[in-house]
Amino acid sequence: MSFISYLINGISLGSVYAIIALGYTMVYGIAKMLNFAHGDVIMVGGFTIFYAVSMQGLPPFVGVLLAVVLCTILGITIEYIAYRPLRQAASSLAVLITAIGVSYLLQNLALLIFGANTKAFTSVVTIPAIKLAKGQITISGETIVTIISCIVIMVGLSLFINKTKAGQAMLAVSEDKGAAQLMGINVNRTISLTFAIGSALAAIAGMLLCSAYPSLTPYTGSMPGIKAFVAAVFGGIGSIPGALIGGVVLGIIEILGKAYISSQMADAIVFLVLIIVLLVKPTGILGKKIQEKV
Amino acid sequence: MKKITKIMSLILACAMTMTLLAGCADAGAKDAAEPSSDAAAGTNADAEDNGNAGTHTEAVFMIGAIGPATGGAAVYGIAVKNGTELAIKEINEAGGINGVMIEYNFQDDELDNEKSVNAYNTLKDWGMQMLVGTTTSGCCIAVKAETSNDNMFQLTPSGSAVDILKDNDNVFQVCFTDPNQGIGAAQYIGDNSVAQKVAIIYDSSDVYSSGIYEKFTQEAENQPFEIVSAEAFTADNKTDFSVQLQKAKDAGAELVFLPIYYTEASLILTQANAMGYEPKFFGCDGLDGILNVENFDTSLAEGVMLLTPFAADAEDEATKAFVSAYQAAYGDTPNQFAADAYDAVYIIKAAIEKSGAMPTESVSDICDKLKVAMTEITVDGLTGEAMTWDSDGAVNKSPKAMEIVNGNYSLIQ
Amino acid sequence: MKKYKITKNVRDNILTYGIVILAYFIIQMMIHTGKISSLMQGLLVPLCIYVILAVSLNLTVGILGELSLGHAGFMCVGAFTSAFFSKCMEDVITFGFLRFALALLIGSLSAALVGFLIGMPVLRLKGDYLAIVTLAFGEIIKNVVNVLYIGKDSSGIHFSMKDSLSLGLMEDGEVIINGAQGITGTPKDSTFTIGIVLIILTLFIVLNLIHSRDGRAIMAIRDNIIAAESIGINITKYKLMAFSISAALAGVAGVLYSHNLNSLMATPKNFGYNMSIMILVFVVLGGIGNIRGSIIAAVVLTLLPELLRGLNNYRMLIYAIVLILMMLFNWSPKLVELRKRFSPRRLLNRTREVQ
Repeated sequence: MSFISYLINGISLGSVYAIIALGYTMVYGIAKMLNFAHGDVIMVGGFTIFYAVSMQGLPPFVGVLLAVVLCTILGITIEYIAYRPLRQAASSLAVLITAIGVSYLLQNLALLIFGANTKAFTSVVTIPAIKLAKGQITISGETIVTIISCIVIMVGLSLFINKTKAGQAMLAVSEDKGAAQLMGINVNRTISLTFAIGSALAAIAGMLLCSAYPSLTPYTGSMPGIKAFVAAVFGGIGSIPGALIGGVVLGIIEILGKAYISSQMADAIVFLVLIIVLLVKPTGILGKKIQEKV
Repeated sequence: MKKITKIMSLILACAMTMTLLAGCADAGAKDAAEPSSDAAAGTNADAEDNGNAGTHTEAVFMIGAIGPATGGAAVYGIAVKNGTELAIKEINEAGGINGVMIEYNFQDDELDNEKSVNAYNTLKDWGMQMLVGTTTSGCCIAVKAETSNDNMFQLTPSGSAVDILKDNDNVFQVCFTDPNQGIGAAQYIGDNSVAQKVAIIYDSSDVYSSGIYEKFTQEAENQPFEIVSAEAFTADNKTDFSVQLQKAKDAGAELVFLPIYYTEASLILTQANAMGYEPKFFGCDGLDGILNVENFDTSLAEGVMLLTPFAADAEDEATKAFVSAYQAAYGDTPNQFAADAYDAVYIIKAAIEKSGAMPTESVSDICDKLKVAMTEITVDGLTGEAMTWDSDGAVNKSPKAMEIVNGNYSLIQ
Repeated sequence: MKKYKITKNVRDNILTYGIVILAYFIIQMMIHTGKISSLMQGLLVPLCIYVILAVSLNLTVGILGELSLGHAGFMCVGAFTSAFFSKCMEDVITFGFLRFALALLIGSLSAALVGFLIGMPVLRLKGDYLAIVTLAFGEIIKNVVNVLYIGKDSSGIHFSMKDSLSLGLMEDGEVIINGAQGITGTPKDSTFTIGIVLIILTLFIVLNLIHSRDGRAIMAIRDNIIAAESIGINITKYKLMAFSISAALAGVAGVLYSHNLNSLMATPKNFGYNMSIMILVFVVLGGIGNIRGSIIAAVVLTLLPELLRGLNNYRMLIYAIVLILMMLFNWSPKLVELRKRFSPRRLLNRTREVQ
């Protein structure tokens, strides 16, 4: 019985990772950069909802909308100021480092604005928990909402990318920036749009992360951000279904590792499995194999 | 062409480094008794808050404090910063120590041992004579090696590891040592037969938590209860506690011992509630502050027991005055770290008054006098009545067992 | 690759060594005349540590062309093995210099060994996947060290992965590595002079490697792996060679680190991915493959947060902004173009043309 309940907890944790990983993988697929600041955008989303809903008493729906708008603006601004000037830089590492700078910046801004004290986030999910097997197994409302939103977002993103003109433009930019430009695609605008979508997803991830694990500090986003990055790589970075699978698998491994091997070594176990998977499948579970040309 | 940019950036970087170095040397060359212009200028709110920005010409006591003001542990460092500041402001307004004003400077250590030593050296350049710090155990061990080398008086408000007191005589503690707390908690649970089956959830990557855990399990062998599950978490893995709670539940634990800080404990309480597990929770001083987590549903903490020297809701006059002054100044309810730091300043005041140390003396002379005075004084503070110190630096005071009833701490008799 | 003339190459190296030695003498002079603050004096050894780390990572990132985010892990191995050795031998070898030299040897060799073992399977991965795997290894090392308990008593050395009680030590026993509480009381053997000597040693190894036959093979792999393979360069061998040397040098930095502070703990701050990324920041900011740039960037970025202490609460905020601005200034193609246009030499040439 406890195995099933561990499994459910794993899926619940994993779906939070998955939803963060979706934003990571989206940005990576198109802009080919690891946006280390993604986790901190999630934190900004969390704080926005906290102040709107818990402090000002606005309805949750309005709070989430506000967070989505704010994070989208934030994402586009960051991209414009800090990443765009470096897109043609001699090394792709330059933009990675700037992303780290942005991450520090957001954390420290939040520290100054919101203070260091932990805030208890009131869950915006109102669905009651499902109890199975005479109450021995509980599936919380947050888990249900997270999993549903994960699937909806994944399907939505896939449709958007495959069926709309803007989505096709993204695909083209991710394949070959130069060629896409020659085909009349506005590369700058496409990448801005990617960051807008990625950051909007971060706001939603912030809501779900803080609802499931209701503690909010300026550093809330950084560790789940790294875990989600691992999840995205796990599933094959750049692949949207891969992010979902990677996130859920990672969550399950983490919980089961803690439960059956060692709670002190949970991280080591997760990372070890990651390494083994990557050694067997060097581009992740659903990653595309890139043929190297001579 | 590429070469030119290289040379350019090289020159630029060199120029920068040189100016930086020059700036350093200048600051260091200044008279130690004079506060450096860096600290006094610009955004320095501390100097202004102290209300003695104009007293530079007279001799003053220079008290420094160190703690993490950025990073995940910032909440504790900032509490120490504010607690110290508040006490110094009060003392200065009341006419200082033996008529001598105090100047205050706080430095951030980012919860890193190396940065903590840097912070200490910065304070030394500023002219610090006594150190209230550091906030955390790990950094404290690194810094005490330096203070003991310089013979600088150090009083740590919340660094609780035993190693802090080892191999030196200039370091004193305001809080209990970790073994003290672990053994105390085990004895309390055993003596009052609070529970028969005990589970532990601790932070294996934290010095404070693993220190208490170790002594608790050691002492538990002599006690009439049984430890049925002991599960850890780490600094990188502290959002999901479902496994640790599930194991405690499966093992039938009636009491879960939480030798951890309240930030994680608030999550544990929420998650235990969500899975319908209702054991008794028992914690140490790190748990104090749980009721002040902004927007926290305090009904979840109902019945939580903790051994702590301080509670912000206590009814005595001193605590009330401290809490309201703190709230007025910083807008937060103080936690135990702030209270420890506040006490630390008053302890230093008592020691100075006892020894008659003067700010014009050298750092080492002040330290020698205070060392002796510390073993002779008895201080009534927020975090303990009639506190006395051994010559090795450990404090003698008795913890209070508190229980959270109706959203307030109440003393268990 | 630009073809270097021998003379230029030698001149370049001499300049790099010269800067280090000059810096050493200037600082020694400042120490002797007492014109140095305690802060600076305390920062001297850490500066050496970060310079060594930056130079050694540049070997992996700049010369081998592979992104590694686990550099702090090797530093951690070097730090813990050497501190363990020094603690054990503190009473046996009382001659500090000899003990430190042995600790240095042990620290760097064990880091090299770990680098070699990790490098063997992972170096066939590429780009960001390699980065994430090295990050994973770094985190594993940190995690394992955190649950490591080693003690010693008269019957020998005891080892446990659970807690210090299960070591079963006798009365006279002493816990040396105490899990998260790490190692306390390592003798403080690191000095600025040793640090500088180790920097020069590091430079000697790295610069000589770059300009040797092996180094050219490594750079050929970086520039075009398929071409390199086709002319018979043993890819695995050279990759592993660069990676292990880089790890060994990180181990050297770890030895300096552990012998500089009284307490050694593996925290996310000092041996986690944050530190690995910080070292990468030094390398990228200083110029990938540019050894001298790494040295300067490491010094500037280590000093910066300390010198911003006067800003109090705004310190880390300003630090982040300065970091972003420096990156933009150093790497943005537009700004690079602009800098070229206004570079002194260009202006000089122009005036000459006018004349």
